Amino acid sequence: MKELRSLKALFYLIPALVMMAGFPVSLAAQEHNTTHQETSQTTGQEAHADSTSAGHGTDMHGDTAHEAHACHFHGDVVETEYDATSTAFHHISDANVYSIGSFNFPLPCILYAKGHGWDVFSSGKFNFDFFGHGEGRTAYNQYVLDAGAVKRIQDASFPSGEIALEGFIHENKVVDGENKEISYACYQGKHYLLESQSTADGGLFGGGITSFYDFSLTKNVVTMLLISLLLAWAFFSIAKAYRTRDNMAPKGLQSFVEPIFLFIQDEVAKPFLGHKWEKFLPLLLSLFFFILGLNLFGQIPFLGGSNVTGNLGFTAVLALITFIVVTINGNKHYWSHIVWMPGVPAIIKILILTPVEILGMFIKPFTLMLRLFANITAGHIVVMAFVGLIFMFGKLGESIAGGVVGAVVSIPLTIFIMAIELLVAFIQAYVFTLLTASYIGAATEEHHHAEKH
Amino acid sequence: MTGSIAAIGMGLAAIGAGIGVGSIGGKAMEAIARQPEALGDIRANMILTAALVEGAALIAIIMAFLVK
Repeated sequence: MKELRSLKALFYLIPALVMMAGFPVSLAAQEHNTTHQETSQTTGQEAHADSTSAGHGTDMHGDTAHEAHACHFHGDVVETEYDATSTAFHHISDANVYSIGSFNFPLPCILYAKGHGWDVFSSGKFNFDFFGHGEGRTAYNQYVLDAGAVKRIQDASFPSGEIALEGFIHENKVVDGENKEISYACYQGKHYLLESQSTADGGLFGGGITSFYDFSLTKNVVTMLLISLLLAWAFFSIAKAYRTRDNMAPKGLQSFVEPIFLFIQDEVAKPFLGHKWEKFLPLLLSLFFFILGLNLFGQIPFLGGSNVTGNLGFTAVLALITFIVVTINGNKHYWSHIVWMPGVPAIIKILILTPVEILGMFIKPFTLMLRLFANITAGHIVVMAFVGLIFMFGKLGESIAGGVVGAVVSIPLTIFIMAIELLVAFIQAYVFTLLTASYIGAATEEHHHAEKH
Repeated sequence: MTGSIAAIGMGLAAIGAGIGVGSIGGKAMEAIARQPEALGDIRANMILTAALVEGAALIAIIMAFLVK
């Protein structure tokens, strides 16, 4: 009964927390409005000045009235239209700043470029807004912070050290039939091309290989460390509880983890792995709880929005671990079934079966990688799209009534999708563990009837 | 008309997954009606199979994003 009452108190706390989180958002909207008015005034004056003194400003890159292609910082100007796609992708990609709500906190940057050497500094050097979009107003040693991510200026003529920038330009260009976003940094009226992020750097789709290596403790890395520490603490305390509270009922965290532990052991490890289940149980449990922890942490709104399991690099490493374990533990029968399937005519083996089986060896971890990534990313994009309805109807703070209508439509939908995502967080952790177990089981299975094939 | 043919591919993938998940759910409902005491097992297997089918659709959608 007592616990129920404390739960009830928590229930009352939720609206208060939501309001607290909502406060900075409404503040941001107001701020945007005021800055918008100022900038529209100033651009008006500039345009006027330009028309009177014609011919001036060859280095101004086009006209100042054409705001979309002018140099500016995202935080200084309000866009006239809401770009749902880029907003969603910005929010699910990795960043070199940690944001709680709209507040940004610096993270360490560890960068290496050939011929440039190592650079270790805090991303606070980029002088980004504490309350804003994570755009660095300063370049540091030819690195800039654009939309939360470190990018490098390729041009060697750009000076080293701390340089105050004038803004960024984002353009959509069609290169080789593909629509690509190309970014520039502005300094002294000149535009310096920024390297587009590669998939490995956290740019989810497209991009190329960059000339620098990013070993930074990004948002995702910090989240991973945090979850690892949290899990280590939780499991050490649970293990201690099992030692000290022998033959007693489980208590606290112990009683939450024990059914999940037993479920993985009895429903996943034992049926798929046979008598070898004890050897692989630690791997399966580590995978399950790590993925589950990161999935659930990524669900918490306003707290970093870390989309770790929705990052291809991360899921690729998890799938690689599975692939290595399967390959190392694969026994004679596993390899013979891949390379030379017994009981099948040789011509079929050479033409069809062996190539397909060898492909299958790589496709299995590949689908493992894509499944987790796609499920988590899709969930986050859908949530972002529904939240974006508010800004679409509200025309980015211009129409309050539209914003209210958007909120009324979007909040129930968002809550519904987040409830489904909560389910997906568990299911995907379970599916990943189960498929890993089944792949390992298939590789280590002993065929007593192998001769009969 | 704007957009790319990748969007059609995404739609086709969604149709395929819809048919797959629908038949999984329908068959699971039938099985539960026939044998209500096996509810837990059926539900777990249903969710697992549905997740696997849905994974195929999501992979198609990601591919559609990539080739766009």
